[in-house]
Amino acid sequence: MYRLRWGITCAGAAVVAIALGGCAVGTGGGGAADDAEYDSGAELGGELSVMGFSGVDEVATSRVEFAEAELGDVEVELIEGDLDIQQFLSAVASGEPPELLYADRDQIGSLAARGAIIPLERCIEGEEIDMDQFRESAVEQVTLDGQVYGIPEFNQVQVTMANADLLAAAGVSIEDVNGSDREAMTQANLALTKSDGGSLSVIGVDSKLPEFLPLWVAAAGGSILSEDGRTAALDSQEAIDALTWAVGIYDDQGGFSAVKAFRDSADFFGEGNQFATSTLGAMPMEQWYINVLNEVSPDAPMAFDTVRTTEGEPIAFAGGSAWAIPSGTENSEAACRWARAMTSVEAWQAAADARLAVREEEGKPFTGILTGNSVADEEIRGMVTSGGEPWDSGIEAMYEANDNTVSLPANPADAEFEQAMQDAVNSVLNGEATPEEALAEAQETAQQALDEGWEKLESREE
Amino acid sequence: MTSTAVRAGGGAQHERFIAPQERERNRKRASRRNLGSALLFLSPWIVGFVVFTAWPMIYSAYLSLTDYDVINDPEFVGFANYAEMASDPKVLLALGNTAFFTFVQVPLYVIVSLVLALLLDRAGRASGFFRTVFFLPKMTPPVAVGVLFLLLFNGQNGLINMVLGWFGIDGPSWTTDPAWVKPGLIIMSLWTVGASVIILLAALRNVPETLYESAKLDGAGFWRTAVSVTLPMISPALFFIIIVNTIAGLQTFDEAYTAFFGAGNTTYSNDAALFYVIYLFQQAFEFLHMGYASALAWGLFLVIMVVTAIQLVVSRRLVYYEGER
Repeated sequence: MYRLRWGITCAGAAVVAIALGGCAVGTGGGGAADDAEYDSGAELGGELSVMGFSGVDEVATSRVEFAEAELGDVEVELIEGDLDIQQFLSAVASGEPPELLYADRDQIGSLAARGAIIPLERCIEGEEIDMDQFRESAVEQVTLDGQVYGIPEFNQVQVTMANADLLAAAGVSIEDVNGSDREAMTQANLALTKSDGGSLSVIGVDSKLPEFLPLWVAAAGGSILSEDGRTAALDSQEAIDALTWAVGIYDDQGGFSAVKAFRDSADFFGEGNQFATSTLGAMPMEQWYINVLNEVSPDAPMAFDTVRTTEGEPIAFAGGSAWAIPSGTENSEAACRWARAMTSVEAWQAAADARLAVREEEGKPFTGILTGNSVADEEIRGMVTSGGEPWDSGIEAMYEANDNTVSLPANPADAEFEQAMQDAVNSVLNGEATPEEALAEAQETAQQALDEGWEKLESREE
Repeated sequence: MTSTAVRAGGGAQHERFIAPQERERNRKRASRRNLGSALLFLSPWIVGFVVFTAWPMIYSAYLSLTDYDVINDPEFVGFANYAEMASDPKVLLALGNTAFFTFVQVPLYVIVSLVLALLLDRAGRASGFFRTVFFLPKMTPPVAVGVLFLLLFNGQNGLINMVLGWFGIDGPSWTTDPAWVKPGLIIMSLWTVGASVIILLAALRNVPETLYESAKLDGAGFWRTAVSVTLPMISPALFFIIIVNTIAGLQTFDEAYTAFFGAGNTTYSNDAALFYVIYLFQQAFEFLHMGYASALAWGLFLVIMVVTAIQLVVSRRLVYYEGER
């Protein structure tokens, strides 16, 4: 009897083990096979489900209409909502991925390294996508190990934004807060900062940590990651100096805790925003905020400039979105056509026409659209309408920044790398570590994640 | 009368002539029928348990021994994930944060629940109204509570500091100062105290009035009555609330994630709010380390088992069940 029970137990365990092994089957793998026939002249059919694209404004809808026309008989389904990475991975793992993915460019490296999306060389060649039109920094972000995994779409850059009245009252200029002279910016911060009964009432300068550390490092000629995406440089002297200085900006205002609490209390997207209420001197911010400010507080006393390197040259850290094709997709031909159409000069022109019409109807200026496509950017720039000063200066700064972008290359440990950097900055902001200590620890964590990521990617390729 | 007896002769007097073997067979047959019926009625739960609890647990145990990123095949790594857990400083940080939150929040939660329940018990006809009022916040989604936390506890212009200001107290930066983040979250968690209040109120109303009368006759004052009558009589309800809230505290996620790690705060993740399940979530769904996350899940399971076991042992001395001898 005992033997029988033991036998049944063993058999049960074997069944569970076999079942587990059977269930635990991945669907990816580096460089997933892509046997689609891409041809820009081919008639297409079937279905195309798009995940992550939630654009509902005229810039999105006009391009969707253009792309749908390009796809002919293909039945397009836009899955509502922003990209939910869990939803996407579940779909890939279950063998039913969407045909197309709309993701942030900084997610492309991790997805590519795991084989969740396919390389696009054949797609680019077959659909005759002119990659020379795309900005180098944007293409770098979607290129892993020499292969392109995404077609860049929107572009985001930073611009220095300031309250001109506060600057004048403090006796400082926009040049003092654009980052070109860090000592001048520190002094300007002291002059601009105001307290009321021991409580902060005006943030002098917001150095926008932790997210803009890479920008400040780049402004000093450094980078937190090597060009090939393999070696972290979080503990470089440029990074230590940039972090020390940027945290010092907060320390001079009573510490990050106070500034963050004040920052959080602002009506950021409303007419009571920090610039309109004169509670913020200056900060670097993505260019789309110019549009927000113009929309909700057109009379705000703004001053604009690019962010500048310590040598005085314009600089911005490019970010944005891209189209990628998941592994195992059933209609990659249609997906590729869609990616080509949505990022084409014609589609962006249609979008600009639509936006211009809306803005004219509202009696407001058309402030332009930044894309990853430099040819489209030039076309759209010609359509921009004047909103008078200071807004025209803002648009000028935006385009100048867009022409001077840098970026981080794609790598297989995007999320871990970013988390390591943010943890380091946060620990310094919270007074738990010195910049040297925090960045040394981050360097170790990030490098380990990079090494593991590359090792896995390469072993998969073998 | 059994059907066998009927077949055997139709009268009860014939039953004693049924052979013992056949009687045994009949008993087993009836037992099997009962078991079948029981299983049939239980089957929705059994299927649900197997599919949604038992199988995921077994699968998670297997994944905890692998390196798995959802997309590629799991690679067996033995106990490497558990070894990594032991040397991961963030696991210790997350455990410390979670333990602090749980072991401060649970007693506070119980005390506040009990005070409110005692007040409600004396509220007479108005208790129905207040019972509803106390319970309503429990209906608020945790994500909304997280957002509410950021608004109410903002160090610059939050309502909490404004109220403290009326009393001349300069409130801290609850949402940005690492020293005040967990206390703030603990206070905010009292928002959902209503469910416990209702359980304790029911327990209080079940205390026999005769016990209070006896205590009064014996000359017991308020505190003596509370310690010797009320608390022992409601101790099963208190124990239930402590156990459930301890487990919930060790698994706390939603509010802290929304406030410090969600979409609105992606660039400033305050490590003071890095609770164990948040770290587990990051490993699983942000870094795609499903194997490591599974090991973390089993680590938490073990912690909860140990803490609950200790509570059960302690409860044997402190919890009074009326039906027990």
